[in-house]
Amino acid sequence: MPAAGVVLIVAVVLIVLALVYYLLSTIGSLMRITTGLDDAIAAVTEIAEKSAPVEAVVKDINHNLDAGVDLLEGLLVKKAGLVDAMGLVEGLYPGAAATGLRNFPDSAQVRPPRISEVYTKGTLTLARLGREAPIAAASPNGPVLRNIEGGSLDARLLYPEGRQSRPERLPRSPVIGTGAPVQYPPSEQRGGTTPDEGEAREKGPWAETAAQGVVPAELGGSDAPREMLGEDPQLGSEALGETTGSDEPATDTGIDPAAGDEADATTDGGPARPDGEEPDLKDAGAPPRQVDQ
Amino acid sequence: MTLWWIGDVLLIAVVLPVVVYLLKGVLDAARSIEPSVTRIAEAAGAGSKDLDAVPLLLTTQAHVKTTVEVVAGYGGSLDVIIDDAE
Repeated sequence: MPAAGVVLIVAVVLIVLALVYYLLSTIGSLMRITTGLDDAIAAVTEIAEKSAPVEAVVKDINHNLDAGVDLLEGLLVKKAGLVDAMGLVEGLYPGAAATGLRNFPDSAQVRPPRISEVYTKGTLTLARLGREAPIAAASPNGPVLRNIEGGSLDARLLYPEGRQSRPERLPRSPVIGTGAPVQYPPSEQRGGTTPDEGEAREKGPWAETAAQGVVPAELGGSDAPREMLGEDPQLGSEALGETTGSDEPATDTGIDPAAGDEADATTDGGPARPDGEEPDLKDAGAPPRQVDQ
Repeated sequence: MTLWWIGDVLLIAVVLPVVVYLLKGVLDAARSIEPSVTRIAEAAGAGSKDLDAVPLLLTTQAHVKTTVEVVAGYGGSLDVIIDDAE
């Protein structure tokens, strides 16, 4: 065989070897690509299956949320009016009024009033609860709605609490006797209640007289100045005692009202005693001894 | 004989390099696709896993519906007890 033929054969063999190597490598690479694409297709199929119901669910959610927004916007505008509504929105979320309400395109053009600086929290609601609401009534302390400092407190005081905590200083329980913070002269009260100005005005002049007591101080009553009293008054004002200022009975059973003006606590008070029964005197005090008498 | 040698030279010097060059280009292109396909498969798998939370949308849907119903009841009550703006 000539040398040129040998070289030709060698060249062809080299070309074939190169073809085999590269084609096999390409086949391997394409097989790996096919495997990867199979995985990707499977995952994409899962995505498609899992996301299929999303559209319907999200549409339903959006539908419900739209209904909620429509309801709240409509209610706000209906109750507060468009201008005040925008003021309230601006007060809660500064800058939100510029966007406006979705269902009220004109709301974006409204200049929101600075309503949060005028109405304290809850006052506006209370005021709109009705024309008869106490907050809307005339107050001797001035209008509450425009009272920034007092409006909220006054509004909150309209409602009782489970445990009253405001105002911080509650009036103390009434104290009677010599330690009472308010001492009433004996001439002003000798039984019953002393008519105040309103009661005296309602009942007439006689009530004013009753308010002066049995013996007014200027006429020498027991609480008159010392120089107006006798040289040796039998009893000072301290010994005369004073009423409790209350109509509550002093005992559990009270005094039998059937006795009328002659009622006495020793005879008409206490529990009803059965007929024919003698009182138990075992706890009664013993009489003085002979030597002591 | 000279033509044989010329053919050999052409075969070795021209045809073989061209064949190798073209086959190498195909192989390089195929190999460059592999990482991309792998990343696509991984991303698709991750996306599929993320969508495992889709059933929770049904819970969200129920909650939204309940919430809107409560809001509607509350708003309806307010509509009754509060006067309309003049």
